[in-house]
Amino acid sequence: MKTVWIIAKKELASFFDSLIAYILLVVFLGMTGFFTWLYSSDVFFRGQANIDPFFSIAYWTLFFFIPALSMKMIAEEKKVGTLELLQTKSVTDWQIILGKFFACLMLVAIALVCSLPYYITVAQLGPIDHGAVWCGYLGILLMSAAYIGIGLLASSLTNNQIVAFLLSLLIGVFFLIIFGQLSGAFGGWIGKAFQYLNISTHYGSMTRGVIDSRDIIYFLSITGFCLFLAEMVLSRRRIAQ
Amino acid sequence: MDIVVENLLKKYDTQNAVDNISFSVKTGEILGFLGPNGAGKTTTMKVITCYMAPTSGDVRIGNYSIHNDQEKIKKSIGYLPEHNPLYLDMPVIDYLKFSGELQGVSGSLIKDRIKEMIRMCGLDKEKHKKINELSKGYRQRVGLAQAMIHDPEILILDEPTTGLDPNQIVEIRELIKEIGKAKTVLLSTHILPEVEATCDRIIIINDGKIVANGAPEQLRKEASGKEISKVKIEDFIDKQSVFDALQGLDSVEQVEVLEHGMFQIQSHTGSSSRRGIFELCVQKSWVLSELTPIERDLEDVFRNVTLN
Repeated sequence: MKTVWIIAKKELASFFDSLIAYILLVVFLGMTGFFTWLYSSDVFFRGQANIDPFFSIAYWTLFFFIPALSMKMIAEEKKVGTLELLQTKSVTDWQIILGKFFACLMLVAIALVCSLPYYITVAQLGPIDHGAVWCGYLGILLMSAAYIGIGLLASSLTNNQIVAFLLSLLIGVFFLIIFGQLSGAFGGWIGKAFQYLNISTHYGSMTRGVIDSRDIIYFLSITGFCLFLAEMVLSRRRIAQ
Repeated sequence: MDIVVENLLKKYDTQNAVDNISFSVKTGEILGFLGPNGAGKTTTMKVITCYMAPTSGDVRIGNYSIHNDQEKIKKSIGYLPEHNPLYLDMPVIDYLKFSGELQGVSGSLIKDRIKEMIRMCGLDKEKHKKINELSKGYRQRVGLAQAMIHDPEILILDEPTTGLDPNQIVEIRELIKEIGKAKTVLLSTHILPEVEATCDRIIIINDGKIVANGAPEQLRKEASGKEISKVKIEDFIDKQSVFDALQGLDSVEQVEVLEHGMFQIQSHTGSSSRRGIFELCVQKSWVLSELTPIERDLEDVFRNVTLN
């Protein structure tokens, strides 16, 4: 665990060194702020004290931002050769993957903490459902974890950052849109299965303030599965041919 | 700690990158790993450092095997990969700290180790710079410093002097020699004089097989085998009679006539004909103005064993 933390710390520092972190924070807060406060169906228009617009915009912005964060994590290191350096140190492939995963997750968490003033301000304006907001934040965090998992998997598959970015968007689109569409097209249990795979089903219920273990398991299993595959990709070199 | 490589085989698809090689490196020994490009040097090193698994065979380091004790092996190895990959956006000190922490150097010790490495590798002026601001020579030193930060018992250096200027090459060589006294060093290179200057022993591999193994002098001797001398004789009347007289010496196997009164004389295996040549000249009152033993150098050895 200590090794994971050392790697995560280094990755997080490199986010802040390379401006990626600042750009992400500014654009994320700018986008969500704009749609929460200024754009047509904003807080004032709705006449209700909730931050649903924030959640629905975060849903989309993170979909694009997280692949941008995760795309270089493994692909770049493969290309430059530093991955070999890392893998020949006293570090397991799991520790590398987890270190990078937590670095991304921490950056997203920092962005979310910076968005808390939106919540606090709205809470001043009227009675807000505190439970639903916190539950929504948990939902965003879990969804981000799933996106990061997908992003790291994509990044481990190639040594080209752009390919990694597009690949994680492609995988993401399935969970975001295509499974939802398919569930409408198919009825019965197939439709239900696709419905379950659709992210918005789970995210939606969490932002409404419902904590259901099925939703949590859903996000955690996507994360775990993708990280597991990414680890397999990294350790493939160690399989004797 | 010794490195013992046993029947190592690594296949890429159908090609044998490393073909059943065995060798060992002892503590306090610097072993030079030579071979043409694509001979399997880097692959062997990658297997030893637990980056890759071999198709078959084993590498034992001390009592550990690469199949069972990877974490322990990785901890006792300092590795400088080919092309020296580095995190270019990190400052030198942070990078060394990161490497040390990953290799398990404890928090209290790490500052001393970083100081020691910066002193040893001559990085004092550059220590606060980011790595991408450094010249190639300094980057190479950073690469060496990160390999040695945890004071490993084994150093594996894949072409440690590429891209350095002659002064830096000498410095790095001295550094490696110094380190090599107490540790086990395996280094690969293309540069032959470098091997002679630094290594106690050389292994030449070609097409994944070991084709020569021994101390530099020994290899040179084995490759030449027969004594060859270049002789310049003056004040003789006719070339043919000199040729016949030289050829008539017991120890001489073959005489070749060169220009300007020069002869190249090859002796029978194991015998020397220099004394005989001298005495012959005295007897015939020819002037022996030059006698040069022709030494095979490592380049000849290398070409001999790697060109089929």
